[in-house]
Amino acid sequence: MSFLSPQTERAARPPEDGDDVYLRARQLSVAYAAGKTGDIVLAVDRVDLSVRRGELLCVVGPSGCGKTTLLNAVAGLLPISAGELTLKGRKILRPGPDRAMVFQQPGLLPWRDVLRNVTYGLELSGKLTRREAAARGRELLALVGLDEFAHVYPHQLSGGMQQRANLARALAVEPELLLLDEPFASVDAQTRETLQVELLGICKRAKVTALFVTHDIGEAVFLADRVCVFSRRPGRIVSEIRVSLAEPRAEARLRPEFLAYVRTVAEALGAGRGGAPGATG
Amino acid sequence: MATVVLLDSDAAGLRPVGGARIGERWQRLALGGLFLVVLFAAWELEAVLGLEPSIVLPSPAEVLAAFGDLFTSPDIWADFAASGQEFLYGFALATVVGIVLGLAVGWYVWLGYLVDPFVMFLYAIPRVALAPLLIVWLGIGMSSKVALVFLTAVFSVLINTSSGIRSLDSNLLRVARCFGASDLQIFRTIALPGSVPFILGGLRLAVGQALIAVFVAELLGAQHGIGAMIENAGQQFETATVFSGRFGFAAAGMVLSSIVRWLERRFDAWRL
Repeated sequence: MSFLSPQTERAARPPEDGDDVYLRARQLSVAYAAGKTGDIVLAVDRVDLSVRRGELLCVVGPSGCGKTTLLNAVAGLLPISAGELTLKGRKILRPGPDRAMVFQQPGLLPWRDVLRNVTYGLELSGKLTRREAAARGRELLALVGLDEFAHVYPHQLSGGMQQRANLARALAVEPELLLLDEPFASVDAQTRETLQVELLGICKRAKVTALFVTHDIGEAVFLADRVCVFSRRPGRIVSEIRVSLAEPRAEARLRPEFLAYVRTVAEALGAGRGGAPGATG
Repeated sequence: MATVVLLDSDAAGLRPVGGARIGERWQRLALGGLFLVVLFAAWELEAVLGLEPSIVLPSPAEVLAAFGDLFTSPDIWADFAASGQEFLYGFALATVVGIVLGLAVGWYVWLGYLVDPFVMFLYAIPRVALAPLLIVWLGIGMSSKVALVFLTAVFSVLINTSSGIRSLDSNLLRVARCFGASDLQIFRTIALPGSVPFILGGLRLAVGQALIAVFVAELLGAQHGIGAMIENAGQQFETATVFSGRFGFAAAGMVLSSIVRWLERRFDAWRL
């Protein structure tokens, strides 16, 4: 359990190191039949990638580049076409309680109050009693700053608060790997920055290992220990950038090295845009 | 309708602010009531002026008197009991069968393919047209009436329920699947609560249709029942009694719809 693991230094060693690797993709390709035509689309093309314990890895790429497909494959929602995809050495075949996903849409059950939404994953896994689950739910509400809204319905919350509840729900099941798919893309800019800062704090406190997908370069640099840059579809990793920003990160945005990282990622992204053959966006 | 977004945890803020809504409610009731009063006044005026003989259009006072007479005669209670039973049995059966079948048809795609054409076919027939057939099959007693009420009401429940299941929020389904929910868990935690508003909407439609069915079924031959009573009164040109019977139906319909509305509000609190 990531919550119980010993203190981890973030991104100190290269990702090739053995037992610390949680998620590993080797020559991973994912194709799926798209839309009404049923055409086979190769979305992820021979990707090598790993996420180490306690690390936050951001995947950045142009929209439609296959980064969400990658995330869905890791979540077990899509079968992989070739290569290997493992979490702590176990093959990923289907969704499971060792992973939890935070989508762009909060996806809270509208007929449940916030607390019962947060405990939803626990309820499905059936590992805790109702009372234990409620206690754990309250802990997480406190962690995301929603402790006073336990018995409020989702429609009464602002978009940012809904997304915090969504995050709490994902963390409640103590996933080994947290998957985030542009979770802050549909909240306003100000709320987004607040949530990014909070996410960093929460990840640190809860010792979360996370794979974060975004098209927002600033967001990726701000949050990540490492940034993987995807090319246009079919998604390939064109560059991998290690980010080490001085603490506290919350103030990093104003420092010159932050801008330098943003420029590096943007250049890699630009190269990836031009580079891939047959790209359609 | 305004959505209440909470910016602080102040307990008072958790409830929608009342003032404006209460004012609106009074306005609504006052206007609706005023319109009814004007209508009745015009009706009474017509009777006072004697534009139509009372056998064609009895005055409100006469209808009221007939209403009083009805409730002093012992027959009316037998009529009420008969109509009430027909409604209750038919409607209860339609609710249970409609919900269960609707859930199944919405959930299993192949079952939907199998029965959709048949359901559409039956739904397209005016179901009261089945009444003569049902009397031939089931006789003139209670069972043919219950059958007609059932057949009239069941499709609204079934179609609404299945479309509720089919229009579930795909985001919620994905969330459940990500948490590794089994089909049964998805059904229980997403599909069932998600389709409750649709089911209740179907029930509200079905109430009106079932009442019509009770009336039509009794019209075509029955010993007891409000419909039969109206039919008899009509044949004897007791127009005031016909009117009071119709008002009885209207009252029953309004009470039953309010019950369903209340249920909808109760289960729909999260939708506001």
